[in-house]
Amino acid sequence: MGKRVLVTGLGTFWGARVAKALEADPEVDVIVGLDTKDPLVELERTEFVRSDENYSILSRIVEATEVDTIVHTFLVVDSTLMRGRTMHEINVIGTMNLFAAATDSSVRTVVVKSSAHVYGCEPGDPTWFTEETPPQGLPRHRVERSLLEVEGYVRDFAVDNPHVAVAMLRFSNVLGPELSTPLSRLLELPVVPSVFGFDPRFQFVHEDDVVRAIMFVLEHELAGVFNVAGDGLLPWSEVAAICSKRTVPLSPVGTGLVIAALGAVGIDVPPEVTRLLRYGRGLDNSRLKHAGFEYTHTSAGAVQAFVESLRLRSTVGPQTAYRYEREVEDFFRRSPAVVRRP
Amino acid sequence: MPRPTAEAPRTGHLLPVHVPAEASPEPELDDPRRSDVDEWGRSERMRELARTLLGPVYDHWFRVEWEGLEKIPADGGALLVANHAAAIPSDAPVIMHGIETELQRPVYGLADELFKKVPIVGTLWSRSGGVLAHPDNAYRLLRHQQQLVLVFPEGSKGPAKTFDERYQLRRFGRAGFVQIAMRAGVPVVPIAVVGAEESMPMLANVAPLAKALGLPYAPITANMLVFGPLLGPLGGLVHFPAKIKLRVLDPVHFDVPPDQPRYSRSRIMDEAEAIRQQIQEALYDMLRTRRSVWRG
Repeated sequence: MGKRVLVTGLGTFWGARVAKALEADPEVDVIVGLDTKDPLVELERTEFVRSDENYSILSRIVEATEVDTIVHTFLVVDSTLMRGRTMHEINVIGTMNLFAAATDSSVRTVVVKSSAHVYGCEPGDPTWFTEETPPQGLPRHRVERSLLEVEGYVRDFAVDNPHVAVAMLRFSNVLGPELSTPLSRLLELPVVPSVFGFDPRFQFVHEDDVVRAIMFVLEHELAGVFNVAGDGLLPWSEVAAICSKRTVPLSPVGTGLVIAALGAVGIDVPPEVTRLLRYGRGLDNSRLKHAGFEYTHTSAGAVQAFVESLRLRSTVGPQTAYRYEREVEDFFRRSPAVVRRP
Repeated sequence: MPRPTAEAPRTGHLLPVHVPAEASPEPELDDPRRSDVDEWGRSERMRELARTLLGPVYDHWFRVEWEGLEKIPADGGALLVANHAAAIPSDAPVIMHGIETELQRPVYGLADELFKKVPIVGTLWSRSGGVLAHPDNAYRLLRHQQQLVLVFPEGSKGPAKTFDERYQLRRFGRAGFVQIAMRAGVPVVPIAVVGAEESMPMLANVAPLAKALGLPYAPITANMLVFGPLLGPLGGLVHFPAKIKLRVLDPVHFDVPPDQPRYSRSRIMDEAEAIRQQIQEALYDMLRTRRSVWRG
């Protein structure tokens, strides 16, 4: 019998990417996707269930489908997307309900997509964070606070359910052809903001490596915390240079005011990124590598791939987005009129 | 059974061929780097520039003289430990410059996080080989990368001394440097520096100002008084041409297995104190034979 997988956040970029990767895996029998909004990609055999953002119907779904694997991708790591209260509902309350439903159930494998934001960003940070390095300061932003609370629930669940392989992946700054993050939006601007007098080192991971890492952890049923980040650190000025852009230094004093002014003209720089523009952050990726994972892109390679896709998009325009229509999907999946070839 | 090589030719037996792991290296990933800034922020091109600029100052202003430079290992990691002095410390650039030009080995200088917070200064410091003094950073540099790392265990308490306390070593922190050297399995090489104290003597420390600015000390230096009338505020940045002499002491090996989670606390404290004593005695010895602050 193959795997039966529940994916949270099917309507998000990551949920959809993971669901697509799972569909290509013949070992996987059933994929159930959960979200508040429609999926944005065309999915063949994933069953989409609409839920509210904190999954009050979750225990019924887990019970009814007898899933053995949960991939929790529905964690918001970009504070520009929504208000703090909504983020709290999705991240903290959602995770709490998810694990409440998964306790004493058929679930045997859990993968959580967390973020390097849990390490914070302080001048006293070591150059490389290992999975064990504690944050050097108290959490400063709501994304950090929210993710730390989420990780607390994940840890509690792992302790209470020793028979479940719980993996928590902490991803560095993700760049890729299709994903939009606060950093990628900065790099898409005609000139790239920086903080005057600072040139911190950044680390990136390519979006394909993110999906591959999740699939790798699922396949090998790894348990524990893993950093996922490309090899190498590169200065912000070099990131801009690879993108063939100039940097515009913002004032190092009163940076918050400048950022607020930028926000008023539609350039959102969330606080977690403002700190990064001063001090940067590096993750030690050796633990996942020792487990056998191989990256396809280095940090600089991820930036290069990103800027190449950016150039292509600026020439041929964005690809038309897919629209989910329940009736059409149901027709293709269940109508006897559709000829199914094994 | 070893595989046949040029030295050990093929025998008559038919050997199963084992492909060694090294024979199939991982495919090298495309890494389109544009600058030579390494993971610590150091840029060799920047160091080159710093060496070019500092060279004349090193040779003709401070007229630096080394004693026992051969005691610094030519390869392998080592933790260099020195006394720290002068309101704007002149010892760190002198030690780094001297070793890099004489031994052709990079030196990474550990410093307080204060450096990272100051715009421009932090970036320049990082590009020219400065690294935040975090135990993980020191361990990785010494253990995995086998580099030379320079640290001043007195920390900011060294330069914060006023002129009447010159050459009186402060406490060597909490002996973290010994612990790191033990974990990394590298020797500690003590270095005694004479002359840096007189290159920028601090006459008084304006403690309330330091507190208000969040600095370890706010100095009034002799340099401000002497060069100030000539150069204005920039005068406070110019060192006196005191002759700087450095003596490298015998490396201290600890004979403990590396990578232990804990080492004996009393042993660590004793070793740190012994190293402090050695440097202190070397300083007294060098001061006894010094005839002039300016000519050495």
